[in-house]
Amino acid sequence: MPDWFSPDEWRAIALSLRVSAWATAVSLPLGILVAFVLARRQFWGKQVLNGLVHLPLILPPVVTGYLLLLTFGRKGFVGQYLDMIGVVLAFQWTGAVLAAAVMAFPLMVRAIRLSVEAVDARVEQAAGTLGASPPWVFATVTLPLILPGIIVGAVLAFAKAMGEFGATITFVANIPGQTQTLPSAIYAFLQVPGGDGQAFGLVLVSVFVAMAALAVSEWASKAVARRISGA
Amino acid sequence: MTMQISLQHRFAGFALDVAFDVPAGVTALFGPSGSGKSSVIKALAGLMRPDRGRISVGGQVLLDTDQRINLPPHRRRIGCVFQDDRLFLHLTVRQNLLYGRWFSPDKGGVSFEAVVDMLGIATLLARRPQTLSGGERQRVAIGRALLANPQILAMDEPLAALDEARKAEIMPYLEHLRDQTQIPILYVSHSVSEITRLAGSVVVLGKGQVLKTGPVAAVFSDPNLTPWLGGVREAGSVITARVAAQDADGLTRLETSAGPLWLPKVEAAIGATLRVRIAAQDVMIALQRPDGISALNILPATVVALRMGDGPGAMVQLRLGEELLLARITQRSAVQLGLAVGAPVFAVLKSVAVAPGDIGAPPITP
Repeated sequence: MPDWFSPDEWRAIALSLRVSAWATAVSLPLGILVAFVLARRQFWGKQVLNGLVHLPLILPPVVTGYLLLLTFGRKGFVGQYLDMIGVVLAFQWTGAVLAAAVMAFPLMVRAIRLSVEAVDARVEQAAGTLGASPPWVFATVTLPLILPGIIVGAVLAFAKAMGEFGATITFVANIPGQTQTLPSAIYAFLQVPGGDGQAFGLVLVSVFVAMAALAVSEWASKAVARRISGA
Repeated sequence: MTMQISLQHRFAGFALDVAFDVPAGVTALFGPSGSGKSSVIKALAGLMRPDRGRISVGGQVLLDTDQRINLPPHRRRIGCVFQDDRLFLHLTVRQNLLYGRWFSPDKGGVSFEAVVDMLGIATLLARRPQTLSGGERQRVAIGRALLANPQILAMDEPLAALDEARKAEIMPYLEHLRDQTQIPILYVSHSVSEITRLAGSVVVLGKGQVLKTGPVAAVFSDPNLTPWLGGVREAGSVITARVAAQDADGLTRLETSAGPLWLPKVEAAIGATLRVRIAAQDVMIALQRPDGISALNILPATVVALRMGDGPGAMVQLRLGEELLLARITQRSAVQLGLAVGAPVFAVLKSVAVAPGDIGAPPITP
C-alpha cells in the first residue's frame, strides 16, 4: 500500500489529517460558547459577532488568508506580539491549523446553534430549581441535549478543514513536507504537465475522507438522538 | 416551617400586588387565568425578579428587594412541579429522580425508596420519560422535586395538562403526598374540586390582588366570592365528616358537627375521616323542618351572610354546627322566606359528594 503514494504525498495526507484534527479540537470549545451565546443571549453587538463568525463563509478564501497574514504574520498586529513570545504561525503547519479553523468555524457554529435553539430553556430552569448552578445545568442538561449538534458541527468542521485550500495556501504557502496539505498537493500536481495521474490518487483520498466523515457524523448523531428521544 | 411572601410587579396591562403567608400543610393559590398565580410561583422559584418584594421561608430570606437580596434559583430550595413535567429526556426515570440529590446540601430528608413507593413509580425506574404516560411523567416530576429536599413544594397547576382519567389516577398520590410529608405545599390551581380535596387553606387571587385567604371551607362558602370561584355552577362548600355506621340498606351514616348525613354506600372503615363537597345549587332552604319529603339529609342551620346576585339568584351562607355551607336560591325565594342574617332555618341537601380518594380507596394504576 505504501507504494501508492510518494513520501511527500504521504506527508501531505498525514498533515491534512493532523491539521484538521487540531483545527476541530481547538475551535470546538469556542464554537460551543459562541453558538450558545448567539442562540440564547441578547446583547449589544450581537449582529456584529454573528457577521464576523460568518464572514469566512462569504469572503473569497484568498481574502481570508490575506487578512490572516495581515493579522498573524510576523509583522502583523497580533503576530508581532506572538513573535516576541516565540510563536510563529505564518508559513508553519500551526498556521494551517488556524486557517482551517477560521474557515470551518461558521459551519461548526451553525450546526451547534441549531441544536441549542432546540433545547427547551424551561427544562434548564427546572434543573436550576433542583439545586443545579448555571455551570452545572450547562454540563448536565444542556450539553447532553446538544450532543448531536456538537457531533455534526465537529465532523462538518473536520471535513471542511480537510478541503481548505485558498486561505491555507495564502497564509502558509505550499511547502512540501511542511505546509503542503492534501488540496495544496493536488493543486501542485495539476500545475505540472503529466501530474494528473498522481493528483487523481489524492483526489480519491479526499473523496474517501469526506464520505467517511459524513457517514460517521450521520451515524453518531442518530445514535445520540435515539438515546435522547428514547425512540 | 412557614413562608411569608409579598410581591409587587407591574406587567404590561396588569399589576401584581399580593402578600400572604403559607402555613404548614397544603395551601392552594386559587384564581382564574391571568390572575397572577403563575407569576407568584415564578417569583418564589427565582425565575422572575419582581419590582418589589420579600419572600422568607422558615426565617431564611430568599428575596428582599429593599435589602438587595435575591437568591438565584439553585440556592432557594423550592421544589417546583410545573404544568408540563419538564423531565430530563436524556436521563432515565431513576436519574431524573436522583438529579437534585447531587446538589442538596443535607443528605437527610425523604428517602428514595419512600418517595418511589408513595408515588407508585418503582416499576418505571429503568425507563425513559419518553415512554411514560402523562400521569406517570407528572408523578416522576413530583418525586424529582421531593428528592431535592426542598423547603417548600410549589406545584403550578400540575394536573391542568392531563385529561380527566389521568387526573383521577394522580389525585390519590397527591393525597398521599399531603398526608405523608412534612413539607409545606403551595398548590396553584383554578379547579375548585382539586383544591377542596387537597388543600387546608386557600389564597384567592383576582386581577393580581389577594381577594381572600383562610381555611378552604370558610373561603369557598363565602357568598361574596362566588363570582371569583368559577361562578355559581362551581360554587359549593366542603364539610368534614366521620364515618359512623354502615347501615343494612346500603347507606352509610356520616357524623358531622351539624348532625348526621346519609350517603349511598361509602367504601370506608368506621371512624375514617373524610371531606364531602356540597354544591350550592344542591342546597334548599326551609323555615320549618320539612315533613313528608324524600330528602334524607336535613340539618338545622343559621343564616350567616346573604348576597344578592346580578341576575335572579342569591347566595346564602349558612352555619351548621362548626361548618359553613353555601346555598344558591332565587332572590324571590329569599324575599318570600324573609331571610336575614341570624335567621334559623333548615338546610335540605339534595346531593352530597364524596371524592373517591378521600376515603382511602386504593390508588388506581393503569
